[in-house]
Amino acid sequence: MQPADPIIRLEGLEKRYDLGGEAEVRALRGVNLVVNPGSYVAIMGPSGSGKSTMLNLIGCLDRPTAGRYFLGGTDVSRMPDDELSEARGRRIGFIFQSYNLIAQLTVIENIQVPLLYQGKDLRAYHDHCVKLAEAVGLGDRMHHRPNQLSGGQQQRVAIARSLVNDPLLILADEPTGNLDSRTGLEVLELIGTLNAQGKTIVLVTHDERVGSRAHRVLHMRDGLIEREVVNPQNPASAAVPV
Amino acid sequence: MNPLSFQFVSTVRLGVKSLMLHKLRSVLTMLGIIFGVCSVIAMLAIGEGASYEAQQAIKKLGSQNIIIRSLKPPDDARQSGLSRGFALEYGLTYDDASRIQSTIPGVVRVLPVRIIRENVRFFRNSVPCQVIGTLPSYTEIVGLDILRGRFLTQTDEINHDNVCVLTAGLAQRLFPYQDPLAQAIKISSFYYRVVGLVREKNMPEQRTQAGKMEGEPLDNNVYIALGAARSRFGDVLIRRTAGSIEVEKVELHQLTVQMQDVAAVETADPQIKTLLSLFHRKPDYETIVPLQLLRQAEQTKRIFNIVLGSIAAISLLVGGIGIMNIMLATVTERTREIGVRRALGAKRRHITMQFLVETVVLSVGGGLIGVMVGLIVPVAVSHLTTMRTIVTLWSVLLAFSISGAIGIIFGLYPARAAAQLDPIEALRHE
Repeated sequence: MQPADPIIRLEGLEKRYDLGGEAEVRALRGVNLVVNPGSYVAIMGPSGSGKSTMLNLIGCLDRPTAGRYFLGGTDVSRMPDDELSEARGRRIGFIFQSYNLIAQLTVIENIQVPLLYQGKDLRAYHDHCVKLAEAVGLGDRMHHRPNQLSGGQQQRVAIARSLVNDPLLILADEPTGNLDSRTGLEVLELIGTLNAQGKTIVLVTHDERVGSRAHRVLHMRDGLIEREVVNPQNPASAAVPV
Repeated sequence: MNPLSFQFVSTVRLGVKSLMLHKLRSVLTMLGIIFGVCSVIAMLAIGEGASYEAQQAIKKLGSQNIIIRSLKPPDDARQSGLSRGFALEYGLTYDDASRIQSTIPGVVRVLPVRIIRENVRFFRNSVPCQVIGTLPSYTEIVGLDILRGRFLTQTDEINHDNVCVLTAGLAQRLFPYQDPLAQAIKISSFYYRVVGLVREKNMPEQRTQAGKMEGEPLDNNVYIALGAARSRFGDVLIRRTAGSIEVEKVELHQLTVQMQDVAAVETADPQIKTLLSLFHRKPDYETIVPLQLLRQAEQTKRIFNIVLGSIAAISLLVGGIGIMNIMLATVTERTREIGVRRALGAKRRHITMQFLVETVVLSVGGGLIGVMVGLIVPVAVSHLTTMRTIVTLWSVLLAFSISGAIGIIFGLYPARAAAQLDPIEALRHE
């Protein structure tokens, strides 16, 4: 990745789902987007607008039918499965709505999971993982299992896990959807702090209050970015025309 | 530890953790393999022990020998008890012995044996025993350890001397306080001088007695010269049992034909049968060829092993199917976890590996427990019954490696099914 490269560059990204026979769903109809390093972008829209598809493509969980997707300067739109896994593991940190921690593992082990698939020696990264757990305020619960934690605490573990590989991009899918408003706020503040430290964040939500914290809010409808609202608080991450 | 092996160890630890999440389920799944492995080892141990015993017993008879025994003809069996003053005449004769010796090629020697059941007395001690009239070559052909004194000699035979040799056990019972050598014991109405003490290495009669007559010692034998036996007892044997008298005329009870080598046994066997059939109107004898018995025993053992192996293989197969079934259910149950792992960078092979390792941990764990139980069961069987068991190393290795192989074979499909899941679908799975 060159210093000038944007984190995400989408060029005419399309995704069609073949439902068999003549039926076909065009979930994305040629989306163009550039996300620069350090941005905080929210994707909003009603269900069926294509925001989940967008999230899957940005998260390298799926490949576009047409168009190109550059993640940190690398074209990932035609990558084979294994390389895509590699890209997810190294470059993207996921935060899910339902936390998605692994039930049989402790907090510290959950944080370590992405390292496992990078073939890294877990012993060498132990201190790093401990620091992350402390950073999200779970230094005293390192050996608890997910079912011994509250929802907010579980989401903090997920945030620590998303950071362990020092990714280019943190992708959050309704991170506050399962939380009450107070803990949701805490989680959002934590995400805001990460952004303030320079992390690039892409967040999918349909909650206006969550979206309003981002610097750019992309409103999607019918597989296209319908409009974009730029929060003047941080002009550095403003849209760059493609 | 290098990173690769560390990663492997972590994967195994992870697998164990996942299995520990459902302890009961894991144990139940393992049971199939435990029983399978245990039954392979235990059954083979019992089979091996049984065939070893049979083979040992047959080997003792001597693979160079052909044994011919007198047999009470089945259709006359009842007459002996009913008729009075009529002696049932059957069995081998002295003529048979000399005919075999002189006409069958390859015969080294023929050992005739005559067995008379009589009480042996020394003062007040009276012990029921077998009086065996035989020749000096008995020591070599049947096998005797001479403990003290000597066995019968050619001179005893020629002179029909009243000398006898006792088995050690009998001597112990007859002479609890005296030195038996040179004492005179009374059999029927004659006295015999004890010239030696022996111990039988093996004898077919003893083997058949072993199971039947409890309480009666096996080694109650008195050996006297064949000539003496004939002249003192005659050929007619009278046995009084409760309420009836059995009168039989039997010249010889057994002939042991020693051949010059194993190959001669094969050709001589039918020749002897033909020869005997010329002089016996009824089938009042049976021939035993230890060599053939040995071969039959080996053949039986092979079949036995195949049958046992198939049963064990089926039980292991069933165990394997059980594992596969559970693993498929586990994959469905943990679909979401698979999706999460895929999102966090796991490649397909990582997922395959994870589930394969879990299956192998189950089957190898079951295999290890099965081996332990399988080693205990034969010991318990030997303790509780008189059955001999032999655990062979190859049966343990076989059972254990099959359990490992089953883990891989039956784990592969569920593991691949897990790896083929679409990460998006898997993440959406409730």
